[in-house]
Amino acid sequence: MKKHWPWLLFAVFALEAAFSLKPRADKPDEFQIREWAKLPALVNGRVQPFDSIARNSLVIIRGNTDVPLEGNGADGKWGKWETLQSPLTERKWYQFDKRPAKLKPAEWLLEVFSHAERADTRPIFLIHHPELLGELKLQSKGVERSGLRYYTFNDLKPSLGLMERESKQVGQIKQELRTPYQRSLMSLHNGLQTYLRLKNSLKPERSADFATELTQFEKLIPAGFRAIRAQQAGQEFDKELFEKFLSYAEPYAMMAQMAYPFLVPPTQPGQKKSDWANIGQALMDGIRSGAVPAAVQAHAALATAYAQGKPADFNRALSEYRNSLAGPLATELKKGRQESLFNQFLPFYRSMMIYVIALILAAASWLNWSENLNRAAYRLVSLALVIHTAGLVFRMFLEGRPPVTNLYSSAIFVGWGAVVLGVVLERIFRNGIGSVTASAVGFITLIIAHHLAQTSATGDTMEMMRAVLDTNFWLATHVTSITIGYASTFLAGFLAMIYVLRGVFTRTLDEATAKSLSRMVYGIVCFATLLSFVGTILGGIWADQSWGRFWGWDPKENGALLIVIWNAIILHARWGGMVRERGLMNLALFGNIVTAWSWFGTNMLGVGLHSYGFMDAAFKWLMIFNVSQLALIGLGCLPDRFWKSGKGPAAGDSGPTGAAPMKPQAA
Amino acid sequence: MSDRLLKTLSSLRLTVVLLVLGLVLIFIGTLAQVHEGLYNAQVRYFKSWVIVGATLFGTKMPWLILPGGYTLGSVLLVNLSVAHFTRFKWTWRKSGIFMTHLGIILLLLGQLGTDILSTESAMRLEEGETKNYSEDFHANELVFVNKSLPNEDEVVAIPESLMPGKGELKHPQLPFTVKVKEYWPNSFLTNFGPFIAESLAKEGFVRPAADQGIGPKVMVLPIPVVTAMDSRNIPSAVIEVAAGGAVKGSWLVSSQTSAKQAVEIDGKSWEMALRFKRHYKAYSFTLLDFTHERYPGTDLPKDFRSRVRVVNPSKNEDREVEIFMNNPLRYDGMAFYQASFEPGDTVTVLQVVKNPSWLTPYLACLLVGLGLIVQFMIHLVGFARKRATPAPVPAGSAKGKQSQPQKGAEVAKK
Repeated sequence: MKKHWPWLLFAVFALEAAFSLKPRADKPDEFQIREWAKLPALVNGRVQPFDSIARNSLVIIRGNTDVPLEGNGADGKWGKWETLQSPLTERKWYQFDKRPAKLKPAEWLLEVFSHAERADTRPIFLIHHPELLGELKLQSKGVERSGLRYYTFNDLKPSLGLMERESKQVGQIKQELRTPYQRSLMSLHNGLQTYLRLKNSLKPERSADFATELTQFEKLIPAGFRAIRAQQAGQEFDKELFEKFLSYAEPYAMMAQMAYPFLVPPTQPGQKKSDWANIGQALMDGIRSGAVPAAVQAHAALATAYAQGKPADFNRALSEYRNSLAGPLATELKKGRQESLFNQFLPFYRSMMIYVIALILAAASWLNWSENLNRAAYRLVSLALVIHTAGLVFRMFLEGRPPVTNLYSSAIFVGWGAVVLGVVLERIFRNGIGSVTASAVGFITLIIAHHLAQTSATGDTMEMMRAVLDTNFWLATHVTSITIGYASTFLAGFLAMIYVLRGVFTRTLDEATAKSLSRMVYGIVCFATLLSFVGTILGGIWADQSWGRFWGWDPKENGALLIVIWNAIILHARWGGMVRERGLMNLALFGNIVTAWSWFGTNMLGVGLHSYGFMDAAFKWLMIFNVSQLALIGLGCLPDRFWKSGKGPAAGDSGPTGAAPMKPQAA
Repeated sequence: MSDRLLKTLSSLRLTVVLLVLGLVLIFIGTLAQVHEGLYNAQVRYFKSWVIVGATLFGTKMPWLILPGGYTLGSVLLVNLSVAHFTRFKWTWRKSGIFMTHLGIILLLLGQLGTDILSTESAMRLEEGETKNYSEDFHANELVFVNKSLPNEDEVVAIPESLMPGKGELKHPQLPFTVKVKEYWPNSFLTNFGPFIAESLAKEGFVRPAADQGIGPKVMVLPIPVVTAMDSRNIPSAVIEVAAGGAVKGSWLVSSQTSAKQAVEIDGKSWEMALRFKRHYKAYSFTLLDFTHERYPGTDLPKDFRSRVRVVNPSKNEDREVEIFMNNPLRYDGMAFYQASFEPGDTVTVLQVVKNPSWLTPYLACLLVGLGLIVQFMIHLVGFARKRATPAPVPAGSAKGKQSQPQKGAEVAKK
C-alpha cells in the first residue's frame, strides 16, 4: 500500500477528470435545461451555445459563474436568501456540511430571458468599491463573500439614473486614466447594460405570456400593416387598430435595438451562415412578410412554458425546435454540444487544481526526501499536463485556430510550454526540481489566465479575430514560437528562484543540485534564445506582409526584442566567463522582469499597433512581481556566509569548475 | 596599440556591454513613445547616433546621454565582424555560431539598407478614382503647375523644408520668384462670415496676409505640431509671387484645401498648391470596389479588401487584383498594402512601400534559426553522451564526482 499510493492518488484524479466528460442528462419530467443550454445563438460575432453566453455574461456581471440561492443570514441561520435577515453571507469555506443550492449558468440565463421579475431578485451584481457602495446607498444590503459584495437588480433599481449620468461622464475619460472608483463604476455599468440587454433579448421584459402575445400579434399583422401604410401616405386609417398594432410593435422595435444575443438562425434559403437576427429584427421583418418567423415562435413557446412552470410543454417545444434546426444548422448544433461539453470539462481549472497539489507534494519531497512524494508529484504533474493539453487541443478544435489567439490563451500556452519543459527536466534529472517548477509555473499561469478571462470586456475567451490577426499561418508560427520563448525565459527565471531560495534559506542546495540547476538554466536559456529570436523575426516578417514594414519599434515588438537581447546577454556573459553559477542565476531572475514587461507591461503603455490586449488592474501586480524578483536578485548577491547552504557552490571551491567552460577555449 | 584595439573591438565583453546598452536604449525608447509619439521617438532614439535628454514617467532627465541606435548597431556590426576575423577559428563544432552571427550581420545590414533606401507613402482612392501617384506620409511640397502646355503639365515642386526660413525661393523653371511671408507647420483653415470673425479671433484664428485666391475668405488656426504616428501635420503658408520686379499678389496655400488657385505670368497660367508630396508612377491604379466585412452583431472588422485595376501602358498590362489584409500586391519593386479606409466604406487607403532589402529578414531568420538549432543540438548531443557514461547522479545522495560529468557538458559551449 505504502508503495502504491502515488498511483492511487493519480488514479483518483484521473477518474475524476474522466467523469467530468461523461454526458449528463436532466430528469425526463423536469425542464431539460442541459439540452436547452446547447442551443446555438450568435453573440459578439460568434455562434455559441446558450451555456457559453450564460457563463460569459455572468463573468461580466458577477465575475464568476455561480449563482448561489442559499447562504447564511443573521443569527447564524442558513436558508434561501429571501427567508433570511441581513447581513447575508455566502457559504464560508469552513462550512463543510453546507451545500448551497445554485443556479446553473444556463438556468440563470433562461430565467433572465423568460422570467425577469424573479431574475431581478438574484444577487449577481458585483460591487466592491466602498465609495461606490456609499454613493448608491447599498452598505446595508447585498450578499457578502470573502470581502466582495453582490447585489440584486432590485437593489440597484433606484440608482439606475445616477449610474447612467455618471457612466456617461466617466466614459469620456481614457481607460488608463480612470481612478479605481471610476473603473469600478464602469464595470458595474457594463454589467447592468449586459443584464438589461439580456432581459430584452427574447421577449419584451414586461410581456408575461409571449407565445400567446405573438399569436395575437400575427393575426393583426395584415390589417395593422395596411393601417401604418395608410397613415404614412396621409390617407384615412383605422386609428384604434393602428394604435393597438403599435402597442405591440413598439416594444419589438426597441428589442431590435437592445437585444444582446442574436437568437434567430438563418434558416431561410438564400441566407448566409452569418445572417443571424435578433428577435426584434426578426419580428420587424415578420411585419413585412406577414408572419412571425418559426424560430421566434419556438423561443417564445420555451419562455412561456418556463415562466409558467410547465416542463412538459417546455420539453416538447425544445425537441421540436431542435428538430427544425437539425437540417440547416446541423454544424451549429453540433458545435453547441461540443462547446458545452468543453464548459463542463473545465480543463484549465481542473489542471490548475492538480498543479497546486503536485506543487505541495513536490515541495514536501524536498523536506524529507521521500522518493514516493516525488514520484506522486511527478505523476500528478504529468496528469495535469495531459488535461491541460487536452483542453488546449479541444479549444483549438472549437475555434479552428492555433493555440494562441489573445492574451488569455497566451497565458494558457505559456504555462503549457513551461510545464512541458519542466516535465522533460524532471525526466532527465529526477530530483524534484522539474516537478516543482512545472507545477508552480503551470499553476501561476493558469491563475493569470483565469483572471484575464474574468476581466475581459466580453467575458468570452474565444472571441473573433480582427482582420489583421485573421491568419492561422502567422498565429501558428510567430505567436506560438514567441509564446514558448516567453515560457522558457520564465522557466529559467523560476529555476533560478529555486536556486536562490533553497540556497539562502535551506541547507538542501548541495553541489550536485546546484550544478544540475545551473545546467537546467543554461539549457533553457539556449532554448529560449532560439524560440524568442525566431518568434520575434517571424513577427517582423508578418508585419512586413501585412503593413509593409519589417520593424516599427512598436512597444510590443521592442518588448520581444528585449527578451532576445537579454537571453543573448546571458549566453555571452556566460561564455565570456563574466558570470559564473550565481551570476547566471541572477541574470535569469532578471529575465523574469524583462519577460513580464514584454508580456504585460507593453500593453499598459496604450500606444502602438499591438495594444489590443489592454488590461488595467494588472499594473499593481506587475510592480509587485518586479519588486519580488529584485529582492531575490538581492538575496542572490549576498555573500556566501549568509547562505544556509553555506560555503556553497557559487564562489569559493566552485571557482575552478564555474570557469571550466572557458578554460579549454582560452588555451 | 592596434593589437589592443583589435582585442577590445573583438571582445565578448564589448558584445555584452553593447547588448546591455541596446537593452537600455530600447526600454527607454519604448517608454518615451508615450510622451513623444511613436514616430518621433523612433527618429530620436533608434535612428540616431546619440541621444541627449529624455522624459520618462513624466520626469524630465536632461542629463541623460545615451548612444543611439545607429551607434550601437554599427559598433555591434564591427564587433561581430572583427571577432570573426581575429578571435574565431572555424571548426565544425562552431558552425552553428558562425551561421547565427552571419544571420545577425545580415539582419543589421538589411535594416541599414531599409533605413537608407526604403520609402513609404500612401495612395488614397475613392471607388472609381484613378491615380498614378502616391502621397508621402510626412513630407509636403509647394508646387507650381504650368497649365498652358498642350499635352502635359509642367510641374515644379519645392520641398516644404525650405519654407520655414521665410526667404525668397527661386527655381530655373519658374519665370517668377516666390517669397514665403507666413508659415504655419500645422494649422486648421475655416471659412468665415462677417459676424463670426471676431469670435474666431478669440479662439486663436488669424487672418492670413493674403490678398488673392482663397486668402481673403478664410482664417487660419495655428495648432501645435503633432507627433503621433497615425496623425499628420497640415501646413499652411502665405506666399508672395513677383515677376520682373512687380509683385503679382499674395496667396494662401495649405495642405488642407484642394481649391485651385493660379497666377498669370506672361500669358501663362501657373497653378499653385501646398500639398502632400507626390511620388509619381509609370502606371495607374483604379479602385473598382472596396468591401469591409464586420462580424455580425459587432463592429469588429472581419475583412477589408480593395479590388484594383492596374494599367501599365509601358508593359501593355491591364489587369485586376485584390489587395487585402496580410495579402499585399508586390509590383514594380514596390508593395501595396491594404492599410486603412474611410468611414462610409467607399474610400481605401493603400500603403505603398519601396524597400529593396525586404528579403534580408527572411534570410536572416532562416540563418539564425538554423544556426541556433545546430549549435544547441551539438551541445545536447555532447551532454547526452556525457550523461550516458556515468550513471545519473540521484539528487541528495551525490557527494563528489560532480566535476566529471559537468565539465564535458560545457566544453562544447564554445
